[in-house]
Amino acid sequence: MKATRKLPKPTQSTSSHCNNFKDGAVVKLEAETIVSPNDAHSLDGNCNSAETVKVSPPKPVQTKGCFVFKPSANKRRKTPTVEDYFTHGCEDTENSKLRFRNCQTLWEKMKADTELLQDELNRKILDSLLAFIRKSVSTFQRGTDDWASRMRAHEIPTAALVLGVNVPDHDMTFQCLSDQLQQSVTPFVVSVQATECAALNHMLQRVLERLMGTSVSVDNEEEPEQRSTNVNQKRVHCSLITLCNWYKTVTKVCSYCKEHPPIVVIFKDLEAFNPKVLQDFILICSRYVEQLPLMFVFGIATSPSTIQHMLPHSVSSLLGIELFQSLSCTQHLASVIDKVILTSQFPFKLNGKVLQVLVSIFLYHDFSVRNFINGLQLALLEHFHSQPLSVLCCKEAAALVHATELSHRDVERLQQLPSFMRYVEEQGPQEQVELLTSDDHVKEVCQKLLKDLCKYHKNYYPTLRCLHILTASLPKYPLGKQIRELHISCLEKNVWENDEYVSAMQLLRMMAKDELTSALQKCAEILKSVKTKKMRATLLEMKTSRRTKKMSQFEILRDQALEFIDSLVRSHLAPPESQPLYEVCYYSSSAVLRRHLNATPRTSIQTALSNPYHYLKNEDLRAEDGTVSNAAPDICIVYKLHLECGRLINLYDWLEAYATVVSAAEGKDPDSADFGKVDELKHARFIQAVSELEFLGFIKSTKQKTDHVSRLTWGGC
Amino acid sequence: MQEGIQCSCCESEQCLSVIRGIHSDDSVEKTFLGNGRNGDKHTCICPIETLVWTNDYTLVQRARCNIDCHCLSMCHCLSMLSCSKQCSYPSIFIYGHRATGKSHVIHTLLKELELPYATVSCVECVSVGLLFEQVLLSLFGSDSASLLSRNPSLSDFVRVYKQLCVQASAKQTRYIVLDRAELLRDMEANLLPAFLRLQELVEDNVTVILLSEIVWDKFRPNTGCFEPLLLHFPDYSKGELQQILSEDSHPSYSPELYSAFINILLGVFYSVCRDLRELSLRLSMLKFQPLFSLPSVKESDTHKLWRNIEPHLKKAMQTVYLREVSSVQWEQQLKMEEKEAGAVRGLSAHAHVELPYYSKFLLIAAYLASYNPARTDKRFFLKHHGKIKKTNFLKKHEKTSNHLLGPKPFPLDRLLAIFYSVVDSRVAPTASVFCQISSLVTLQLLNQVGHDDQLDAPKYKCAVSLDFILAISRTVSFDMVKYLYDFL
Repeated sequence: MKATRKLPKPTQSTSSHCNNFKDGAVVKLEAETIVSPNDAHSLDGNCNSAETVKVSPPKPVQTKGCFVFKPSANKRRKTPTVEDYFTHGCEDTENSKLRFRNCQTLWEKMKADTELLQDELNRKILDSLLAFIRKSVSTFQRGTDDWASRMRAHEIPTAALVLGVNVPDHDMTFQCLSDQLQQSVTPFVVSVQATECAALNHMLQRVLERLMGTSVSVDNEEEPEQRSTNVNQKRVHCSLITLCNWYKTVTKVCSYCKEHPPIVVIFKDLEAFNPKVLQDFILICSRYVEQLPLMFVFGIATSPSTIQHMLPHSVSSLLGIELFQSLSCTQHLASVIDKVILTSQFPFKLNGKVLQVLVSIFLYHDFSVRNFINGLQLALLEHFHSQPLSVLCCKEAAALVHATELSHRDVERLQQLPSFMRYVEEQGPQEQVELLTSDDHVKEVCQKLLKDLCKYHKNYYPTLRCLHILTASLPKYPLGKQIRELHISCLEKNVWENDEYVSAMQLLRMMAKDELTSALQKCAEILKSVKTKKMRATLLEMKTSRRTKKMSQFEILRDQALEFIDSLVRSHLAPPESQPLYEVCYYSSSAVLRRHLNATPRTSIQTALSNPYHYLKNEDLRAEDGTVSNAAPDICIVYKLHLECGRLINLYDWLEAYATVVSAAEGKDPDSADFGKVDELKHARFIQAVSELEFLGFIKSTKQKTDHVSRLTWGGC
Repeated sequence: MQEGIQCSCCESEQCLSVIRGIHSDDSVEKTFLGNGRNGDKHTCICPIETLVWTNDYTLVQRARCNIDCHCLSMCHCLSMLSCSKQCSYPSIFIYGHRATGKSHVIHTLLKELELPYATVSCVECVSVGLLFEQVLLSLFGSDSASLLSRNPSLSDFVRVYKQLCVQASAKQTRYIVLDRAELLRDMEANLLPAFLRLQELVEDNVTVILLSEIVWDKFRPNTGCFEPLLLHFPDYSKGELQQILSEDSHPSYSPELYSAFINILLGVFYSVCRDLRELSLRLSMLKFQPLFSLPSVKESDTHKLWRNIEPHLKKAMQTVYLREVSSVQWEQQLKMEEKEAGAVRGLSAHAHVELPYYSKFLLIAAYLASYNPARTDKRFFLKHHGKIKKTNFLKKHEKTSNHLLGPKPFPLDRLLAIFYSVVDSRVAPTASVFCQISSLVTLQLLNQVGHDDQLDAPKYKCAVSLDFILAISRTVSFDMVKYLYDFL
């Protein structure tokens, strides 16, 4: 089922209505309004569209296949579902639905897991923040009874929340915070962003709007009353007096706000606020501190000292600031990687290069955990989209079932996998023939190999963790400080062949006794939690070795233990490429990912201009290196010519050169008189191309010489 | 009645002499002295007697109870507010530093004397309409503001005021108090002169009181205006500060001990900080100190108590004026420190900023571009620049340190050129590199300069300090000083 939308040809009936044409009504071709019921049926998930057609049929008023553009109130655009997009363009459509489902379930699981993880990471800071706000509320309520709270009655309690430099990532934290506040502390929570608050009145307006708006939706029974007051407030200016009055009525009316819930204003991006606006806002608020239990939360991206930079002492003395520091984003990433990537729970894996791309985008460019997860999602989608055999990339049991249902075409694909071919070569001649001819046998072997792959993963991660624990405390971190570095180097090649590994092992031999024992202890715990049979056997051995170590022959035992670790590494940390059928689970096209996530607009423009064939795929444009066919678009020719010039370009010379090239393209005789002559058409084309180049930022007009333009890029021919 | 009228609260010479003067003079004449329109130099007469003559005596006493330490200022104010049944002076301008009790005195007086008044803070008035509305609301009741049009002009205000005034003519002077009056200057040009002679405009017995921290000379518009009565609130003296601070004595200690403690506190802080608010914050922080909760030491053993409080005073001194931590956190920290000694960690202790790798280099490049002259780029970033000594290419104006002059703007291409030569690996000119520049701008680490030509050649300035950039360059092991022209 393909999601193609065809525009039905205009029916005969339309032309009969041509008399209805009234004075130049605006005509526009609108495909969606004339979807035939058939077509509507072909798209699932959008059942309303068929009705829509019936309810408001297009009113053909125009002639010659043009239709009047008539927007109907309940018009629904037919958007193809995600699945349609997925299956569209998949080379193998028969199992694409299955793959899509696999992909969806896997992604949902991953998403849920990461969200849970992020909630957990945020919990600590949010909890302390909530406690702070609750405490401030209670001091406000106690009022002047308490001596201490009277002393700071004029301070507005303020939480400075330091969240790290990636501002878009904060949205989730703030969402979480305001949800929790609304649930447990107060219904009056407003968040404002700097872009909405260019001036003081905008800021006041936003705060008031959101506060009063929420209360209307919160308590429905008072709605008519509220609305009438709101109408009044529309007329009255936005000021905190209005807010005060509103607050009084609200707290009087509703029963649950007897205890004066605070009004929390969240400034999402403090740095971006105009300092003047912010100062004025705080000054105004401080005048109402006695009537309104106001409270601020500052979202800070850089460092808390920005508060001092933005607010003068006279303003900051009105605030009682308390600092809350969130987890650093690198730690955040480490825990996400730990949860999502370094686990055998998910069958989908990234190979070393892809992981490297994602991690380096994080470290070098944005520090955004959200982008990292999005990148992971993209890799997941790409994998399931481009690899037909990814049907097998799911939970072990399901994968085994899918393996028995493979079609002949899939089996052929399986046989063509490099890792499978390698596996075949290792088998005896009889087996080889079987594997290359019998589909059923291939399926059986495939099941066995899938099981092996699962086992490999189950052993891989605990071993990796053990090795990391042992090497993470070594001086200079020969195998990397973070576990992800070790993981990447393990993915790339046999880790035990690295010089770093050898030196790490030597360093381990020199390690102090108690450090080594404690590290081994931790390893033992990891291995214990895994509890595979083989591990358990070795674990016992480890335990005894540790016990005896305490006695005398420390060195012998140490060597034994390390040899055991070494053997573990050698048997379990082989790179995935060595495993047959690894292509099913591992996504490996890092270039695709890099192209999508780390776009290079300038390089693309230059490629398009210097090698138009790359994008247009027109055989006429194919040219040798460094040259441009003279049939190329005008802008490419102009670009190519401008590369030959220096910093200043004479426009007339440029035009002449252009005319020559274009004349040659027209196939004119080079000896004829009007060859290379500038006519109006060429002139116009040239001017257009030049202004396009100017728009792209390659040249700009200069005041040095009137008939020249200056180049803004370097280099060229 | 006259026996009760004594300046009991303050023994200041001036005030007493004023009172003494009154006793011998004829009081009825004095009452009208405040109204002398021709007298631009304001002569203050303490009119307590007059006041008694015109007002209810108990009200004055009550007002005085609330403002103990402002005797002199209060006398001055009273002199102007007292003659409430007569036509009063059209405008009064009161100035004095922060926390010298300007608004407190005025508000208490107006409130306790039960005079009709409106107070408006000019910060709050984002539009003139709001200002008018608030004045009308508090003078004429809740439905008065609806008479104003949507975007009222000054003449609208005057018209509505007159209209309402006729309906509710006042027996007493009405007062309009404009707090932070310096902001009136930034509003419409006719506003300040109009408020100064509002009495004439609306033909009502109304006085406008302007409160500001700025002297009147900075207000006077070029076109000239009516000169208001000037009144200066002087800073508190040490004695006054002590008196105010000891008012709030802690319930569990004797007042003597408490005032002795205040005395010590002032002795320490008075030389650096005279701001009442700041002092009372310090006080509230220190009050939680073990000075007051040492069970073994008697209150009389002052030496021991002093030994006990001294280190805490020192710590409080370090952070004076820096509102780094709230008082609550400060207490907690102090409690922690009793167990483990360490420096007070305020907001400025967390100056470290985590940035992505390329952002760090972009910031370094921006710093270099801002503080090095463009001519010297060749010497720093070209491989074969030859040996150029600093003296050879010093221009005259470049002899002063660039760090003293502040950052200079630089174009985007220069930033990128330096960035590519500074960063050690090959960096593709990806969209995210450009994104980082703009996010550095939103983080206020870079500033965008000039608003024309944003498409072609945006210009930036680096907005971080040398210490900050040195810390950043240390994390990427880049030797910043080697590349800075000033340190050559």
